[in-house]
Amino acid sequence: MKPGRGFKIFRVVALAVVVLSLLLPLIWMVAASFKTNVDIYDSSKALVFTPTLDNYDTVLQQANYVQFIVNSLWVAFAATVLSLLLGVPAAYSMSRFNMRKSALVVLMARVIPGVSLLVPWYYVFSNLRMVGGFTVLILSHMFVSLPLIVYIMMGYFDGLPEELEEAALVDGLTHIGAFRRITLPLSIPGIATAGILSFIFSWNNFMFALVLSGASTKTLPVAIFDFVGYASIDWGGLMAATTVVTLPIMIIALFVQKYIVSGLTAGATKG
Amino acid sequence: MPAVTAPSRAPRSASVMPDTPGWARWANDHRKWLFAAPAMAFVAALIIFPLAWTVYLSLTDSSGSVRAESEFIGLRNYLDVLTDTDRFWPAVGRTAAFTGVALFFEVVLGMAIALLLWRPFRGEKWVRVAILLPLVATPVAVGMMWRLIFDPNIGLANQALGWIGIGPQPWLAGQHTALPTTIFIDIWQWTPMVVLILLAGLTSLSDEPQEAAMIDGASAWQRFRHVTLPLLMPTVIVAVLLRGIDALKTFDILYATKGRGGGSFNEVETLNVYAYGLSFDYNEYGLSSTVLILFFLLIIALMWVLTARKKEAGR
Repeated sequence: MKPGRGFKIFRVVALAVVVLSLLLPLIWMVAASFKTNVDIYDSSKALVFTPTLDNYDTVLQQANYVQFIVNSLWVAFAATVLSLLLGVPAAYSMSRFNMRKSALVVLMARVIPGVSLLVPWYYVFSNLRMVGGFTVLILSHMFVSLPLIVYIMMGYFDGLPEELEEAALVDGLTHIGAFRRITLPLSIPGIATAGILSFIFSWNNFMFALVLSGASTKTLPVAIFDFVGYASIDWGGLMAATTVVTLPIMIIALFVQKYIVSGLTAGATKG
Repeated sequence: MPAVTAPSRAPRSASVMPDTPGWARWANDHRKWLFAAPAMAFVAALIIFPLAWTVYLSLTDSSGSVRAESEFIGLRNYLDVLTDTDRFWPAVGRTAAFTGVALFFEVVLGMAIALLLWRPFRGEKWVRVAILLPLVATPVAVGMMWRLIFDPNIGLANQALGWIGIGPQPWLAGQHTALPTTIFIDIWQWTPMVVLILLAGLTSLSDEPQEAAMIDGASAWQRFRHVTLPLLMPTVIVAVLLRGIDALKTFDILYATKGRGGGSFNEVETLNVYAYGLSFDYNEYGLSSTVLILFFLLIIALMWVLTARKKEAGR
């Protein structure tokens, strides 16, 4: 079906409006991060201004942000790797043996309000003197990553023909051997999808780190609040901080767009 | 992993595997639970105990410190919460309004944008990039970004209104404009998610019903209303389900834009924000647990209704 000419013009205009309204706020944020606070307050300097790196100097040098970047990277990385180790075999089993009820237990973690877990977690982990440490942060972020990984990988394994494994069994591999040598290598795109999304969701997570992190283990989304005072806000510093948090993830997203889209839409079109 | 390398040396013909160690064979026979159990145990350990404890706390007057003595008071918390027209019911109303309005716009806009992107065109790639960016951005940072744009004095929003001759609005700072503004932020960030899901659904539809309707002389709107939409309905419900669960639990952007308690008049205090405040600002663990149980039941009920609708639509 060929769309008509009128529709084509309408589509260009409509999509231009969509793209502009999605990108303009982000551009505004990045622009403000290169402005002095005086320029941010001056509406005549909205578009034309002398860029400065002062805000980034504040964020990276004085506000200890390098530490928080490392914290965020470490927590997201560890939570993702551990969740993949637990989640990929689990998803395989749940897909091949059709364990839909067991899968529901894991997916429940996606539905339950995080606050209802935080009070008991805080109590237990503070008794174990673990609150403020990386272990409890990583465990709590795994709680976000694992259901996501199981959900995406179950969909992936559902779509992987079982015949390939059966052929491997005929060739003398055990079931576990067939999983490791045949299924896993074929699942690398799925694992990449699940891993990337898990990393992003963990990087973006705020509530668990808000309660469970300490001054030295703070992740970036919590550290942003350092720039919001009771009386005033350091807008330039705040926008530099938000840019430091969001820009890396957006750049990653540009390179792995295909994977993110397939992960976010996993399972959406099945009956 | 010797368990895996050993069998590969086994003779090609055998499913008997005579030189496989016994424990490897045991692992192979029990792979179903060997694979699934660790993940399930992890989730269960982190969910079941906290959930059971939340139920228990909701029946006590625990407050101050969870270690402090607390008394079992039966269903009194539930009675208190359900008759609390000061904080609880307004929070229920805000949660419903936030979720309902945000979902409505996200689905309508998401459908419109997905339809525009359905047929391939030049520059498609760039539009898709723009759609992806809000979605992956850290919600707290997104909240802060809009806080600057909606700042009544220096924000871009009021400047732009000034250019077209409309007076400044209080946006996030206003008692009645704060909630609609946070809903707007949610729509900005999450409409792209609905677009991606619906686009995946549209792409999986076959062309034939469309073409048949076209030959029958159906207009574009009729084709959408009577052909595309019914076929796409299961996907629409998945989008509503996934987005709805997250919208009900929205916390990050509300906390980032209005701080504790949803602002000084609790103007954006939803159930999740209220429960968080009860737990971590007021240490009212009994009450907060009660709110959370009721909230959880609400989420489950909505999911159940939507899943039932999806089965109906899939038929």
